[in-house]
Amino acid sequence: MKTVRARHSRRQTCGAVLLVLGLAALGARSARCAPAPLLDRPAPPFTRSDFAGKTLSLGDYRGKVVLLNFWATWCGPCVAEVPRFSGWQKRYAAAGLQVIGVSMDDDAAAVKRFLLRTPLAYPVVVGDARLGVLYGGVNGLPQSFLIDPQGRIVAHYIGEQNLARMRMQIEALLRRRPG
Amino acid sequence: MKQHARTALATLCLMSCIYACPRDARAEHPPASSIPGAMLIEPAALAAALKSTDRAKPLVLQVGFHVLFEEAHIAGAKYAGPAGEEAGLRALDLRVKNLPKDADIVIYCGCCPWSHCPNIAAAFDRLRSLGFTHVRALHLADNFGADWVDKGYPVASAR
Repeated sequence: MKTVRARHSRRQTCGAVLLVLGLAALGARSARCAPAPLLDRPAPPFTRSDFAGKTLSLGDYRGKVVLLNFWATWCGPCVAEVPRFSGWQKRYAAAGLQVIGVSMDDDAAAVKRFLLRTPLAYPVVVGDARLGVLYGGVNGLPQSFLIDPQGRIVAHYIGEQNLARMRMQIEALLRRRPG
Repeated sequence: MKQHARTALATLCLMSCIYACPRDARAEHPPASSIPGAMLIEPAALAAALKSTDRAKPLVLQVGFHVLFEEAHIAGAKYAGPAGEEAGLRALDLRVKNLPKDADIVIYCGCCPWSHCPNIAAAFDRLRSLGFTHVRALHLADNFGADWVDKGYPVASAR
């Protein structure tokens, strides 16, 4: 199942409207009419510890394009995706991409073991039900949110994705990022 | 010959490491597709059964991960634990210990797409092996959010 939710706002500039419509068009094949209260809204702020022991605040990444990925070690499609996201982090870091992983594992030790076996080039924070609810209810994985440099959610990916399409959407957003 | 021995030894070490590692998404688990179709129940049918007042409601058990149960679960459902893990199976055993073998039980997970679920078939197999005769698995094709919450069926939160 692939779902991408993207909408546009009347308040946006013409360029932004075109961008968001472009993102929607790229994912339109699998779009679903479920409620998407977070789209085109500011990404809910949060502060969490990452598995390297550092404190991470989403607000610190304002100005970057952020891919916020909810995942878990028990989720097959998630485990398939995260090495690709790690590759994107390396490739697009200079262009302004920041991937942030949110682990929804019950067992933090399992995540630590996973990260030892599969090092990721981006921070992974400990998620919980509260954070899931804050993001509209993460009731199944994987789920990712694409956040623009202004801190607004421009796409919501639910389930297995066409990663080539997702990467194109990220590249489009990076191209529009102020230098 | 020595080269072959070294390769075999390295392969053996690698395999030992893989199998010794705790379970994650790469661990083996019975596929959800192993559950017979006749033992599945669709979300709309379960929602109707839970709404019905003229017959006994099934016991609904969530056999997935606690963080997801805490966020949202089927109203009235009980938490059993992730049956893809030994600890989850033990928790499931305890949960059903005092139930009659013909208890009407519906299990569900919905942690991820049906074909990738590490828990549902493991829970189904365990309950059948314990002798339960009326076990059905809720067919959540995509996940709990898409196939239950977004459809407006009753949910509760443990938060």
